[in-house]
Amino acid sequence: MDLSFILVQLVSGLTMATLLFLVASGLTLIFGVGNVFNFAHGSFYMLGAYFAFQAVATLQTNFWVALLIAALGAGLLGMCAEFLFLRRIYGRTEEGGFQILLTYSFILVIDDIVKIIWGTEYKSLLRPAGLRGSVELGSITLPTYNVMIIVIGLAVVLLAWLILSRTRPGRIARATALDREMLSAMGVNVPLTMTLVFGIATALGGFAGALAAPLRSVTPGAGIEVIIDSLIVVVIGGMGNFWGAWLGALILGEVMAFAVAIVPEWASVVSYVVMVLTLIFKPEGLFAPRQTRTV
Amino acid sequence: MQEKKSYLSEVFLFVVVAAFAAVPLLRPSSYQIMLASHILVWGLFAVAFNMLWGVTGMLSFGQALYFGLGGYGVGLMMKHLGEVWFLPGMITGLIAAAILAVLIGLLIIRVSGVFFTVLTLAFGQLAWQICFRWYHFTGGDDGIQNLIPPGILGNRIVYYYFTLALVAVSIWLLLRLSQSPMGVLLRCVRQNPNRVPFLGLSVRYSQLRIYVISSLFSALAGSLAAGVDNSIHTDMLYWTTSGEVILMSVLGGIGQFFGPFIGAAAIIVIQDVVGAKTEYWPLIIGLVMMVMVLVFPRGVVGEAQALRLWLKSSRRSDGG
Repeated sequence: MDLSFILVQLVSGLTMATLLFLVASGLTLIFGVGNVFNFAHGSFYMLGAYFAFQAVATLQTNFWVALLIAALGAGLLGMCAEFLFLRRIYGRTEEGGFQILLTYSFILVIDDIVKIIWGTEYKSLLRPAGLRGSVELGSITLPTYNVMIIVIGLAVVLLAWLILSRTRPGRIARATALDREMLSAMGVNVPLTMTLVFGIATALGGFAGALAAPLRSVTPGAGIEVIIDSLIVVVIGGMGNFWGAWLGALILGEVMAFAVAIVPEWASVVSYVVMVLTLIFKPEGLFAPRQTRTV
Repeated sequence: MQEKKSYLSEVFLFVVVAAFAAVPLLRPSSYQIMLASHILVWGLFAVAFNMLWGVTGMLSFGQALYFGLGGYGVGLMMKHLGEVWFLPGMITGLIAAAILAVLIGLLIIRVSGVFFTVLTLAFGQLAWQICFRWYHFTGGDDGIQNLIPPGILGNRIVYYYFTLALVAVSIWLLLRLSQSPMGVLLRCVRQNPNRVPFLGLSVRYSQLRIYVISSLFSALAGSLAAGVDNSIHTDMLYWTTSGEVILMSVLGGIGQFFGPFIGAAAIIVIQDVVGAKTEYWPLIIGLVMMVMVLVFPRGVVGEAQALRLWLKSSRRSDGG
């Protein structure tokens, strides 16, 4: 194992981590703000990839517009799902279980609708022109597209952090997490906030799906793999914790990148091992304080 | 009141067992025998699952792990050691399930609610991944075929009664458990876990016990299923299997002991009628799940009971 091998794996892990973070941040955002566990989050990721594919195929748009369409489409569908279905079970006794079951039914329905519309064969999306080459950094060469994903991911992290900590909508979102009744007494439309947060979170998922589409081909059922990976991320980082999700994604991304390079057959098992180790030593996640929950 | 209720449950169990025992007398095709066996096996799986969720409030999305483990206990023994190892395979599967349930249980009862569900799912998928990748040992995606139980159990009718007997005894044991003081404690754990320590009892120990018990009976159902289908496949371990057993419980009603069994029977019959005609079976179960969660969260049995109570009370108010 020489240095350049390690560097290449590190960067590839960083790419994986960024994509994982973009998905997991949506999951953790809805959970942190609305206390809703969206089991179908991976399905919105998959829908994002299909929307981008369709936008390029029929509208002949360029990749960046397709990315935007994917995020908007997934966000709108997410808002519909929250408004039409999830909203009806808020406050029910043992709500958590029913949330999981309802969003589980979304997975099944979305998967089959995708199969009906797009068929079961692999779909692939070309990398945008100008990002098909590679950049040289000293002795190693990296695909430009992967570098771009890392940059976009960092931009999204910073933007989300700025919005959540410095703006009024961010404050409202954090307040929703803490005390919904008080917030509505102060004149904030809490149900609308919930729908919007759900929309933003699913848009993040769709965006990640579209961004990942040129690297991995798109198939129905992709949602499941993604949701389990992002679950491992939030287990490592602590559910509902934004920075925790980022560090969790970083750890899992790097571990997976090296596992793929060293023990390719068992790479997917290695990611579970990380989760089990976390659970043994810190079941609330590495970055979650014991009682409080931050967004 | 309490005594009358338990008596009714046991009568119901007896009637169901008698009805299933009468099935071979109608000279059914071997396909119909298989259908009845599936109802029994999945009924046991669903009832065992519901001890965890409906009774104790622990929604596991990973019981497929134990169902599959039971099946693979039988399958691997027969594949690697020969077909007389059917019964030892069942027992090995059960022991393995008990050990694994204790180990995993100790890890995952430390978290509750959604986290618990997520972790059970992750462990289930881990088992599936291992089984899927370890091709030369488990057969991977090909599964293991030609698992004909040895000796007299090879006869379809004999195996059917063997399944019926084990399922009936298991469900009776679980019924006794749910009516015992431990069953009451488990309901306390669901309804008010903060108060259980006030009684000097441990929430986690109760959760671990029921997790192991439920997993054990799930493994038994899985090992019986291996003999019914004469094959096992990695799908037994896949998360959709856990999803299906949850759907059965929700459909039948998680508040009632026999609800999941009735739900299992309904799903298997619907799958037989509808599933053969469409490739979009997941879409159908997804829609059924959605309707049950949104409109009938108490399940068929629970809603029927609520309706009966409502009729009774409205009649009484009419009279008075």
